Amino acid sequence: MTLPMKILAGAVRHAILLTTGSLVLAPFVWMVSLSLKPPAELFSSSFTLLPQHWFAVENYARALTEAPLPRYMLNGVIVCAAILLLQIMICAPAAYALAKVRFAGRQVMFGFVLIGLLIPHQVLALPLFILCYGLGIFNTYAALIFPFVVSPFGIFLFRQFFMSIPDDIVHAARLDGLSELSIVWRIMLPMSLPAVLAFSIVSVVSHWNDLFWPLLVVRSQEFMPPSLGIVTFANAEAGNDYGPLMAGATVVVAPLVISFLAAQRWFIEGLTAGSIK
Amino acid sequence: MKAQQASVVDRRSRVETGFAETLAGYTLAGPALVLIFALFILPGAAVLAIATTDWHLGAKTLSFVGAANFTSLFADRVFRAALFNTAVYVLMVVPSTLVLGLSLALLIESGKSLRAFYRAVHFLPFMTSLAAMAIVWEALLHPTIGLVNQVFGLIGLPTANWLRSEATVLPILAIIGTWQSLGLALVLFLAGLKAIPQDLYDAADIDGADGVLDRLRVVTLPSLAPVSLFVLIVVTLRAFAAFDIVQILTRGGPGDASVMLLYALYRESFEYLTTGYGAAIAVIFLVIVIALAMLQTRVVNSRTSRS
Repeated sequence: MTLPMKILAGAVRHAILLTTGSLVLAPFVWMVSLSLKPPAELFSSSFTLLPQHWFAVENYARALTEAPLPRYMLNGVIVCAAILLLQIMICAPAAYALAKVRFAGRQVMFGFVLIGLLIPHQVLALPLFILCYGLGIFNTYAALIFPFVVSPFGIFLFRQFFMSIPDDIVHAARLDGLSELSIVWRIMLPMSLPAVLAFSIVSVVSHWNDLFWPLLVVRSQEFMPPSLGIVTFANAEAGNDYGPLMAGATVVVAPLVISFLAAQRWFIEGLTAGSIK
Repeated sequence: MKAQQASVVDRRSRVETGFAETLAGYTLAGPALVLIFALFILPGAAVLAIATTDWHLGAKTLSFVGAANFTSLFADRVFRAALFNTAVYVLMVVPSTLVLGLSLALLIESGKSLRAFYRAVHFLPFMTSLAAMAIVWEALLHPTIGLVNQVFGLIGLPTANWLRSEATVLPILAIIGTWQSLGLALVLFLAGLKAIPQDLYDAADIDGADGVLDRLRVVTLPSLAPVSLFVLIVVTLRAFAAFDIVQILTRGGPGDASVMLLYALYRESFEYLTTGYGAAIAVIFLVIVIALAMLQTRVVNSRTSRS
């Protein structure tokens, strides 16, 4: 290609990608823009990105006080942290057993993991709902956490990583007198940090964003995670009072967007791996 | 390499395997095994069982009805609408996601500057709460104060009450679905592009295929075929599972114009409490997912056996 052609091709590339990029980002920009505006400006026919009169403080204050938004966020943190911790505690030893320990029934167990990997959660919602009711944990944190404490995807991912760790390391650790569990915690997991990080991102993102299951098992606002919370806020906030609602949506979306911008590569690699389950 | 390692483990195990190692295996894997049974295998079996009964959620009695739920499902106008709408939605979301994802991936890879930036921008919707963003989309599509109608009015395009009109509701949901899945397809295609060996391009150069379009036709697109099939399945699975946007934006309306499979499942099981009926929908959804997953396994296997 000649030099002018190259410059032209580059310009076209940027022009197209900037256009599609702005279209993709438009909902985010619109969300933040509305969250800064007073009600009067929402209805004005001439739209501007920034408000003429800043109303951010009022909108965000209303979002944080009229709806129990801080509560939703705290619930999200509690539920996501509990799920992730339990998942790693339960999945890592199982993955180690499947990768490095020879025992009768290992293949059968791996088969069950694959079946679990295959079944979409929505299919199981009904029996799990009945189970939560039977256990008396309906409308509690436990109902939000319990169905997810074991992740077939987590076992699968950790097993793959553990299998690539040489057997010699395991043997050496056994000779040093380490118990099987301490091999998992002190050798396998630290050597598989990329897998741990990828799995953590998949787990936290999917449970922070999940609507389907919380919608079924949580009725009171004190247990609602962020996604269900913002939907409840939207339903209560009937009418066109978009300012506080958009402020709320911004607050719900912000933690993950900020983490994403800080650790882009990890998010992209992790979530791509997670989509393949 | 892997096979070698495995055989070493095999030989060792034949010598050492004993009660102790089996005990260790079950102690380590036991909790996960029990929980997979309680939370996946048994509930899965329960769905199949409930689907053959006339059970209403909370009712004390139920009776076996065989395949009656399935026959009445396929005779049910609303369920047929759900199947039809889901198919239409999938047929809109999947091709547009694939074509856009591939085009943008090629475009991003064609230059060196701002690659990571463009990738991040297009990926952002994939990882944000669709529930929160659906509320934002509702504001964007608001008939009077929404940005879409304001801009369309300004440049002389037709405006509409997008989510309340039977003609536009499914295409709009498909646009939102595409907007969300695009980043995933893009990133998978980018990984596929990076995996194409430079030798292939060099060989094409020598054979005289040195134009941009020639290279695309001779090397890039054929090399991407397995990845494309993979993206196709992943995006299709996601499209079949659309729920949040229906629940938040339309509740299946207007009429039944946007009822989809998972929304029908939710409504029958948890709002109408016709649980047996809802379980039958879950079974149908599961069959679709398993069919796609089997296709995916075949694709992955043929890819690994080829390399």
